[in-house]
Amino acid sequence: MTPFLVAAAEGGGASLDFPILTTMVALPAVGALVVAVLSGRRPELCRLVALVFSVITGALTVGTLVAFRGADAGFQMIEKTTWISDLDISWHLGVDGISLFLLVMTGLLFPIAIIGAPAARDEKQFLAWLLLLEAGCLGVFLALDLFLFFVMFEIVLVPMYFLISGWGHAERRYAAMKFFLYTMFGSAFMLVGLIATAVLHGRATGELTFNLVTIANDQGSIATSSARWLFLAFAAAFAIKVPVWPLHTWLPDAHTEAPTAGSVILAGVMLKLGTYGFLRFGLYLFPEASAWFAPVMVTLGTVGIIYGAIAATMQKDLKRLVAYSSVAHLGFIILGTFSLTTQGLQGSVLQMVNHGISTGALFLLVGMISDRRHTREIAQLKGLQKVAPVFAGVFTLVMLSSLGLPGLNGFVGEFLILLGSFTSARWWSVVAASGVILAAVYLLWAYQRTFHGEPDADNEGFAEMNVREGLVMAPLLGLIVFLGVYPKPVLERIEPSVVALVAHVEANSDREEPDVNQLGPDARPDTYTRGREVLEEHRGGEEELGSAEEEGE
Amino acid sequence: MTLLAEVDTIATPDIAWSALSPFLVMVVGATVMLGFSGLLPRRGPRRWTGLFTAFTVATALGTVVACIVLWRDLPDTGTRTVVGGAYAVDGFSLFLIGVIALGVIIAALLTDGYLRREDLEGPEPYLLYLASAAGGIIMASATDLIVMFLGLEILSLAAYVLAGVHRRRLRSGEAAIKYFVLGSFSSAFFLYGIALIYGATGATSMISIAEFLSENRLTDEGLLLAGIGMLLVGFGFKVAAAPFHSWTPDVYQGAPSPVTAFMATAVKAAGFAGLLRVVVVTFSSYRYDWQPLIYALAVASLLVGAVLAVVQTDVKRMMAYSSINHAGFMLVAVAAGTIEGVTATLFYLATYTIIVGGTFGVITVVGRRGDGHHQLSDYGGLARREPLLALALTVFLLAQAGTPLTSGFLAKFYAVNAVVEAGSSWLGLVAMLSAVISAFLYLRIVLAMYAGAQDPDEADGAEPATSPVRRVKAPMAAKVTIALALVATIGIGLVPDPLTKTARDATPDLVADDDR
Repeated sequence: MTPFLVAAAEGGGASLDFPILTTMVALPAVGALVVAVLSGRRPELCRLVALVFSVITGALTVGTLVAFRGADAGFQMIEKTTWISDLDISWHLGVDGISLFLLVMTGLLFPIAIIGAPAARDEKQFLAWLLLLEAGCLGVFLALDLFLFFVMFEIVLVPMYFLISGWGHAERRYAAMKFFLYTMFGSAFMLVGLIATAVLHGRATGELTFNLVTIANDQGSIATSSARWLFLAFAAAFAIKVPVWPLHTWLPDAHTEAPTAGSVILAGVMLKLGTYGFLRFGLYLFPEASAWFAPVMVTLGTVGIIYGAIAATMQKDLKRLVAYSSVAHLGFIILGTFSLTTQGLQGSVLQMVNHGISTGALFLLVGMISDRRHTREIAQLKGLQKVAPVFAGVFTLVMLSSLGLPGLNGFVGEFLILLGSFTSARWWSVVAASGVILAAVYLLWAYQRTFHGEPDADNEGFAEMNVREGLVMAPLLGLIVFLGVYPKPVLERIEPSVVALVAHVEANSDREEPDVNQLGPDARPDTYTRGREVLEEHRGGEEELGSAEEEGE
Repeated sequence: MTLLAEVDTIATPDIAWSALSPFLVMVVGATVMLGFSGLLPRRGPRRWTGLFTAFTVATALGTVVACIVLWRDLPDTGTRTVVGGAYAVDGFSLFLIGVIALGVIIAALLTDGYLRREDLEGPEPYLLYLASAAGGIIMASATDLIVMFLGLEILSLAAYVLAGVHRRRLRSGEAAIKYFVLGSFSSAFFLYGIALIYGATGATSMISIAEFLSENRLTDEGLLLAGIGMLLVGFGFKVAAAPFHSWTPDVYQGAPSPVTAFMATAVKAAGFAGLLRVVVVTFSSYRYDWQPLIYALAVASLLVGAVLAVVQTDVKRMMAYSSINHAGFMLVAVAAGTIEGVTATLFYLATYTIIVGGTFGVITVVGRRGDGHHQLSDYGGLARREPLLALALTVFLLAQAGTPLTSGFLAKFYAVNAVVEAGSSWLGLVAMLSAVISAFLYLRIVLAMYAGAQDPDEADGAEPATSPVRRVKAPMAAKVTIALALVATIGIGLVPDPLTKTARDATPDLVADDDR
């Protein structure tokens, strides 16, 4: 691996001879096949092979990060091969600042899920499905072709369906079916929408193509009113996938019934397919329609934040509580995305990664609790802090990251989102900010009930975190702290693409980005760059950010 | 004497025998088998089954080879009609003949193991496949309504008998009678439609009809429109489109499983061949009259096929409804009325034939002796005992549901693409939403196989202990069929270009035909 990584770094990105992105998608799929033909009687061998494949894939995503040219806003390392010639559909992959960290997060979470949450039985099939899922997820983040995107977006349903229905908990069949049908329902709209997009674009330009970049850059080839309908068709699929309130009802069931690894991937990676879809196929493909629908989306996002938080407070099941907290967190991401400001979008992209890390970690921890106690009922758990202090400490850190404590990763993302949305949708932002408080309520309350107090007879034997679990959690904890203290390297790679995206939206709609520093009617466009620089200075330390927030309000 | 003299003067058309070669191979194959099977010693019927299967497959392959030869010559000879303008040789007919032959191969391979298992003897099913396929070939090639009817009847009569070929099973006989009665009824509609069209245009040759309609304006269109409507009834019956679908569940359930595979593939392909040539090509100038009817048929089939399938517990009945849903998808493509629509229909037919062949391959095997184990509960725990079989069925079902990277997805994609290009996005949306509903049905079967218990809503405790899947023995021929279908389903899903190009080449000739 190492020589290759060096080569990738030296190659400096786009002119790479080695098709790194295709390899990244193909490798887990090959791994799935390899695992599938191994003997099911040797689960440890299957696990080893699966781990090797997912770690190499993870290394490839890191290689992409190394080779990525941070100042470049466009797509890099583009690979394109014709697939279906008469419709101009191609195997077209590329990465930009928006997808980059989602790739890395995906590459990280899969090995962790494989080590951290082994299946109770039939390990071989379980691992094969997981690897297949990884291929599909990476494919979604990389696809630059409408058709290819849809294929990848749909194909992830199959492994996830089998993971839930095969290794889930009591209500797994119902949850798996609900998950599959719900998502497919949205996809039906998207399929018709994407065909109509290609057809309308083809009619206007005389050239039928499914190339995302071509269509997105030919704004105006599709009439405004059609574009709005098409946006809705795409939004139906993404809103279900995210999920945006009120389309979230599949999520608590699927997350709760899925096996731990399934929940980690579902929350960590698969929900991002929807939010990423909004960025790539909403804002980028239909900028005018996105701006036009922004008030609706911002409202739905805000409702999701509050609704998810209140619903989470009411849950008796720890896993369900985490599931509902996802609804709230994703509400933030939607809010930031449709604030259509640089800060909001940056925050959204960062928060996608943050949510993957912290909620993934939370699901792992809840999985560990449920493995030890065979229950996830909050009422059955008590005083765990006494018997397992390290476990409780890890849980605390992850929980604090999830509720957005300054100094940890969740804060940076939520702060940027609130900052961005404050400039463009002030009152929504104010309401959303109260969601942060509600998050503290449900998480701290749950923590109090499960970890505080004296352990009763059932909980006395609760085992402390072992070395394997500790090793699994370590990289996540490290990232939680690192991204909280020093998010700059991440943000500065996200920024060029986000700035370009906001400019794309502004150029194609009558929307203008309000200035962060000079709110109000006298905001001048020429202060825009300065404003960004000022913000960047603030990013270094958290106290400054905190004070900036106070100033903002 | 004068009568005889007159007979002598009747001009018989020149026959270009080489152009008829696909049809001739099929018919000669059937005749040879009919002749020789009588000479074989009666004892040990099982010994001959393999021979019959091999012969049938060889005949069908010969038909395919004849098609390929003619296909290669097409650029030189061009689209042409032979036998006095009653029989067309064009890319369209050759493509569909290939699909029908494929259906025969699949059915024959599945029948091999089926006959041994059920202790049935004789060459009858094979003969009937060949005869029925010969009728299908005529339907795919006919450019005269009377010849088309001839093909329809040859196809149907053999299919009626096929449904009842399992003589000891009561249901098989019931299916045959039902199919026969309702089928004859629809044939009568078809014939009456021809009569009305003849009354309106004075011709039965499609080329003459198209010419007549392009050169004249009818003062009263009622007769013609009624005729078109009746033809649609006839075709709607053959392709199992709602509301002419009511025979489908009973017949699919009752007929021997390999025969059901044949009905779902070859018979459907022949029906669509006729539908496309008669309605889309011949009456292309009346598109605004027939298009709404096709729309209605498509929507009804999509919804009936998807919704009613959900409540079934018998897998063969489920497949019957799902085939209605698929017919709806193909009608969606037909309704586009464009070259893309025809391409999409052909692509759909070809891929669907393969998928359904594989699906019924598994169903035949799981049906076990007596061909009666088709309840959803019979599939419980199949994944545990026969993981490969279950995996194959899963792939076929997911392909039918339209999961990407299978041929089934591309088929749906092309159909929706065609209709959206034709400006009816709403129909595409209805189609895709119906696909979501039918996905529920496919997932129920998958769930039964993998999760063990009978039904999603059944108690968790009833795992393999109650699910009665003993080891099922898959005969060699069935294994080969399933494996090939599996490879083709995924292969076409990954690399669709060759088939798409072929389907595309197959269509312009057909559309060019109507200009003459």
